[in-house]
Amino acid sequence: MGNITLNKVSKSFGTTTIIPELDLEIEDGEFVVFVGPSGCGKSTLLRLIAGLEDTSAGKISIDGRDVTGEAPAKRRLAMVFQSYALYPHMTVYKNIAFPLKMAGEDAAVIDKKVKDAARVLNLTNYLERRPGQLSGGQRQRVAIGRAIVRQPSAFLFDEPLSNLDAALRGTMRLEISELHHQLKTTMIYVTHDQVEAMTMADKIVVLNAGNIEQVGSPMELYKTPKNLFVAGFIGSPRMNLINGAAAARHGATTIGVRPEHLGISTTAGEWKATVGVAEHLGSDTFLHVQAGDVGTLTVRADGELGVRHGETVYLTPSPNKIHRFGADGRAM
Amino acid sequence: MATRQTSTLARFMMAPSVILLFIWMIVPLAMTLWFSFQNYNLLNPANVSFAGLFNYKFFYTDPAFFQSIWNTLVLVVGVLLITVIGGIALALLLDQPMFGQGIVRILVISPFFVMPPVAALVWKNMIMHPGYGVFADFAKFFGAQPVDWFAQFPLFSIIIIVAWQWLPFATLILLTALQSLDGEQKEAAEMDGAGIVSRFIYLTIPHISRAVTVVILIQTIFLLGVYAEILVTTNGGPGYASTNLPFLIYRTALLGYDVGGASAGGIIAVILANIVAFFLMRAVGKNLDK
Amino acid sequence: MARAVSTRRKIGFTVAAWVVALLIFFPILYTIITSFKSETEAIAGFSLVPSGTLESYAEVQAQSNYFKFFLNSVIIAVGSTILALVVAVPAAWSMAFSPTKRTKDILMWMLSTKMMPAVAVLVPIYLIFRDTYLLDTRIGLTVMLMLINLPIVVWMLYTYFREIPGEILEAARMDGATLWGEIVYVLTPMAVPGIASTMLLNIILAWNEAFWTIRLTTTNAAPLTAFIASFSSPQGLFWAKLSAASTLAIAPILIMGWFSQRQLVRGLTFGAVK
Repeated sequence: MGNITLNKVSKSFGTTTIIPELDLEIEDGEFVVFVGPSGCGKSTLLRLIAGLEDTSAGKISIDGRDVTGEAPAKRRLAMVFQSYALYPHMTVYKNIAFPLKMAGEDAAVIDKKVKDAARVLNLTNYLERRPGQLSGGQRQRVAIGRAIVRQPSAFLFDEPLSNLDAALRGTMRLEISELHHQLKTTMIYVTHDQVEAMTMADKIVVLNAGNIEQVGSPMELYKTPKNLFVAGFIGSPRMNLINGAAAARHGATTIGVRPEHLGISTTAGEWKATVGVAEHLGSDTFLHVQAGDVGTLTVRADGELGVRHGETVYLTPSPNKIHRFGADGRAM
Repeated sequence: MATRQTSTLARFMMAPSVILLFIWMIVPLAMTLWFSFQNYNLLNPANVSFAGLFNYKFFYTDPAFFQSIWNTLVLVVGVLLITVIGGIALALLLDQPMFGQGIVRILVISPFFVMPPVAALVWKNMIMHPGYGVFADFAKFFGAQPVDWFAQFPLFSIIIIVAWQWLPFATLILLTALQSLDGEQKEAAEMDGAGIVSRFIYLTIPHISRAVTVVILIQTIFLLGVYAEILVTTNGGPGYASTNLPFLIYRTALLGYDVGGASAGGIIAVILANIVAFFLMRAVGKNLDK
Repeated sequence: MARAVSTRRKIGFTVAAWVVALLIFFPILYTIITSFKSETEAIAGFSLVPSGTLESYAEVQAQSNYFKFFLNSVIIAVGSTILALVVAVPAAWSMAFSPTKRTKDILMWMLSTKMMPAVAVLVPIYLIFRDTYLLDTRIGLTVMLMLINLPIVVWMLYTYFREIPGEILEAARMDGATLWGEIVYVLTPMAVPGIASTMLLNIILAWNEAFWTIRLTTTNAAPLTAFIASFSSPQGLFWAKLSAASTLAIAPILIMGWFSQRQLVRGLTFGAVK
């Protein structure tokens, strides 16, 4: 079981408030991602749940049990740290066995569980090595191994992939998702990378300055962002946000159009634009265009589109894909 | 890290160190200050009376006082000059590619581990002795009259000994600083057309300047208190020619049994040391913020 | 700087560095050589070749009970170091892992106690020792040296502990370790190298301390510093014997120093130069 409830939880250091009062419900077995720019309080929120920080007010319960004052060790949670936080003086085997040893498990049980975990994570051949002799991806797996052996009620991940290179990040993303499908345990995952959030999450919590901006499934956030912050944060490349006359014509202060929802033509369309840099990715082309008083726009076009720097194109937003925002920044 | 439980525990664990050091600092210092205003002689301990500023005046008017202050400064400055300049030169040399660098390093650092009385005795008897020292042997070999170092140049001889002890310290620290100079920075400067001399002036000097400051300050703290070297070699003489402030205080207290006078001298030494300490603390404190 | 250095340049630097290094090391080398000479050889003029006799060593032990001084040095240096570690490890631990706004001030203040000139407190310390019958006792000297070096020990340990990432200790906590488990299984094994080099440096400093060890002892607790200082009197002028005694006094610490030289810089500069 791994049902986590935050009730009016807040955190401040001295007079600085990091997290104003917030409520959050995490269902058992859910993969929840906390996402937001750096300094938005997502890591602090995770550490509050872990018990590594005291809450300033409010109540945290796990499976209905109030754990607000409990030490981290007693919460039955496992955590994977950004730096992996492996014990450098212990072998991989001992690293993975450590939580079991602390729980006073039998040596034979420990051995079986460590070897099972190592097999799942492809670490069997590395059990006698020390963390210093492993690659980044392998260290990551050891950290995960250490977390899964004790069968916690929930896993906490604190930006676990940010120290890996791009290719490895993609692989590990898949591995963690796969692990979640196998274990079906609650996972809370903190990242600043919206791609990780979109691809892995059942539920995304978008945080900004300690406030929850929106909670929802990846597609909900993509399709119906509640406000400008979420609209700008979720989606890659970023949504084009347009102010002024063009927005007023749609009866809004700001309108948002995703790059993939802009039709492109060389002959006619709603906005006339001059092509700037074109990024050819093969599958897609990202055009950065200058569209008069509408401003600079990013357009996602077909991969084999042959436009050049300085040419004129015409853009038309898909009518039912225009997001309209009022003066307060909220969706209308 | 900052849960209430751990921070309470932290305070509790810090207490022994803090309390011990507090007592160690405050009690003797307060006593010294108190004694410095008393007439108190160990030969006549029953007769203690308030002396006002007499001890300070006495110490101040003693011709040995000014000589000892002067000697203290000459000793500190002389040793600093030798060790800092020599240390930079040596560090630059040791930073070059060579065979047996490890052994060279060990040889150079060794004098630092020699206890002061041994260093002083070895120099006094084996090296500088007018009859049997190595210097005398060489002088005789070249047909010159051996120099009686401790009689003719007492303070200078002590400076040589102390500098020999501290040169390794300066060298080791400056070498460490030199080695932390980023290789890419040097290459960038080379690409920018800087020659060896300008690289030294614009890159190396600024880079090691903080280490030099630290060396000067830490050495000063220790050099202000040079004692064993004088005790073993010249015993402060001839006359007061090689008496520094610590040695004068020692003489007043344990040879003259004058507690009040020695305490007044002690307070003066504290003031001197504090001036240096102030700058050292700033240099170290800055580093703590990084 | 992966650049080929011409062998000629390298040989040039090698020669220069070895000459300078041997000059600096010469007083120590010559002392060691002289300790293997007889007294007549020792004053017979400059010579780097001793006859190899051990008579000076035998004489040092026979005449002065050298071993007693040596033992005092060991007891005082090691004792004060262990005592300092016992007090300093918890303090450094809490400052490194639960820093507060005042941690920096406390560290600086500890450092400032080190700035106090020894002579300034010679009189009160001497009187306190006299009145508590601690003069010329090993206990008194051990406590004294512990107090003198405590700030350095706290500082060195602090800089070492601070290099242990806090996340690792948090990981231990998440893994279900109690505070005790955290200290025994995680912190201590990771801190051992730092503690060891702190210990080494402190033993060196305590071994060579030459103010209090000379002033607060006469015979019973006198360590090697005091023993050697007693040679300054004219009747002690026996070159070979002096050399043997000096060699014995510095040898153990010289060897320890060679091993700890890399950690030395950090310890002696309070972490200001690494």
